[in-house]
Amino acid sequence: MAGKKSLDMRAAKRRRTILLYIPMTLLAITFMFPLIFMFVSSLKPDAQILADVDSINAFLPVGDISFANYGGVFERVPFARFLFNSVFVTVLIVGLGLLVNSMAGFALSRMEWSGRKLVLSLIIATLIVPFETIAVPMVYWVSKLPTLVWENGILKYDIGWLNSYEVMIVPFIANAFSIFLFTQNFSTIPPSIDEAARIDGAGWFTIYARIIVPLSGPVFATVAILTFLPAWNAYLWPLMVVQQESLRPVMVGMQYFFQLNTAWGEVMAYTSLITLPVLIMFLVFQRAFVSSIAASGVKG
Amino acid sequence: MTTPRAVEPAVGVTATTSPATTKPSFLRRRGGRHGKSAAYAMVAPATILLFLFLVVPVLLAVGLSFTNARLISPNPPRFVGLDNFIRAFTADPTFVRSLINTFLFAVVVVPVQAGLGLLMAILVNQKLRGTTFFRIVYFIPVVTSIVVVSILWRFMYQPDGMVNSFIDTITFGAWESIAWLNNPSTALPAIIVMSIWQAVGFHMIIWLSGLQTIPEELYEAARMDGADAWQQFKSVTWPGLRPTMIFILVTITIAALGLFVQIDVMTQGGPVDSTTTLVYHAVRRGYREQQTGYGAAISLIFFILVLLVATIQRYLTRDKD
Repeated sequence: MAGKKSLDMRAAKRRRTILLYIPMTLLAITFMFPLIFMFVSSLKPDAQILADVDSINAFLPVGDISFANYGGVFERVPFARFLFNSVFVTVLIVGLGLLVNSMAGFALSRMEWSGRKLVLSLIIATLIVPFETIAVPMVYWVSKLPTLVWENGILKYDIGWLNSYEVMIVPFIANAFSIFLFTQNFSTIPPSIDEAARIDGAGWFTIYARIIVPLSGPVFATVAILTFLPAWNAYLWPLMVVQQESLRPVMVGMQYFFQLNTAWGEVMAYTSLITLPVLIMFLVFQRAFVSSIAASGVKG
Repeated sequence: MTTPRAVEPAVGVTATTSPATTKPSFLRRRGGRHGKSAAYAMVAPATILLFLFLVVPVLLAVGLSFTNARLISPNPPRFVGLDNFIRAFTADPTFVRSLINTFLFAVVVVPVQAGLGLLMAILVNQKLRGTTFFRIVYFIPVVTSIVVVSILWRFMYQPDGMVNSFIDTITFGAWESIAWLNNPSTALPAIIVMSIWQAVGFHMIIWLSGLQTIPEELYEAARMDGADAWQQFKSVTWPGLRPTMIFILVTITIAALGLFVQIDVMTQGGPVDSTTTLVYHAVRRGYREQQTGYGAAISLIFFILVLLVATIQRYLTRDKD
């Protein structure tokens, strides 16, 4: 009797397991097929891409496979330049952002000064402003900002930040949400550590750089990931403030590339080129990516 | 740290950022002045940047919306009162269309994306082999640029694209191909489906972290009382997910109201304005047509909508906490 029951239960369990795997697999196919199609098509000539649409071949690297489309991308647009622009802008936004926002988080969580609470609540209040709200007035604003330009060996005063690297970088260094995450994380480290270091004669900057930063690896990783994705994917802002081809980042460059020819094979090669690095990074650091996203939702 | 109590960061802050420096008075005296100037020096770069590139643009959005400012113009902006707002609602049918489309998009995307995300989170939260693999797969579209996704789906939505050929296959050839993005009645739905496909993995992860905060003992207790799977969901899972739910609904709503890239890459607002949205329209008028004042007014209307959503969220969280 008992044996039969456990057999029944095992059968029921197996049925349940299969019932769960079916939707999970269907969903996995749904989420994967456009990207598999993209990578596979980037290796095929245009005529074959269109011919394969009707069959499973659309997802298989069969037929006339080559890297010709990739060569085409580099021939038709200064892709290497676009890539450099995106990497340069992203690295500076993430790097300077980690420094500036973690210092602010340090002062806001571990030091006592008048106005601390007010500044913190003002910074938190700015979180409600979506970038899309300020994008249009900000174009007007940066077009009026003073700047220094290097012209024929002399540093010249000028007005307007449009068409420059700084216009893509500087506005995105400080980030209220990063400051919030740093503040919250730093305040979980016992204050007695600071006191001990103070007694030993350490200055505040030393405490920040030598004690708190080394203790806070995970939050630095979280902030780096959360600021990396929007910086790399930036589209609306560079679309408006950068017209010069030599300054264009990959996403805007792709939209131009796409508009000037709809040679699908080359378009797929372009999209594969800018998707692969992020995808590889995600697969390598997937644990950190997923916990960063979870951190963006779970607070308190 | 682990309870998803705070829906908006503001709620969590007071609880976690206690003044860290409760040091003995002799230290405070000695280190006080030094600490103070160091604190200002450390907080200044971020605060100045936020002021210049967040506070000033917000004030400008408000200020410019009452003027006729143009991006490039020899004349200084002139105060025009409420003209821009009156124009938007009475003399610019594309704006009204944008408002309606944005609303339609949000009304469909918010519940579907939240619901599907929850279903997926429950699936990958089962104690089964390979759930980590499925989580990663579902999350891949989120790390793919929305520009890339939009271009890919533009191909798939072509008359001879994959979507038509797939429907054709499952209906055994009874399907007439549709140019999804060129048809005013299918363009917005097509963009809705794609947007959900791209973003749902993000919300799955947030649901999942909410699910994992519910203590296993609650389920054990429910099972002891003889609750079946549905009853367990109704009386344990769902109440435990309430804070997560509010957070997710608010973030999806705000993201949905900001719809821009998909429109810019796939349809440019067409056909016949069937996919134009608030942000797309603000950029078209305020940037491409250089009517900064009018564009600022549209941005401000968008912002008021976002504030409205945030206020409702505030109200809902205060209610229970």
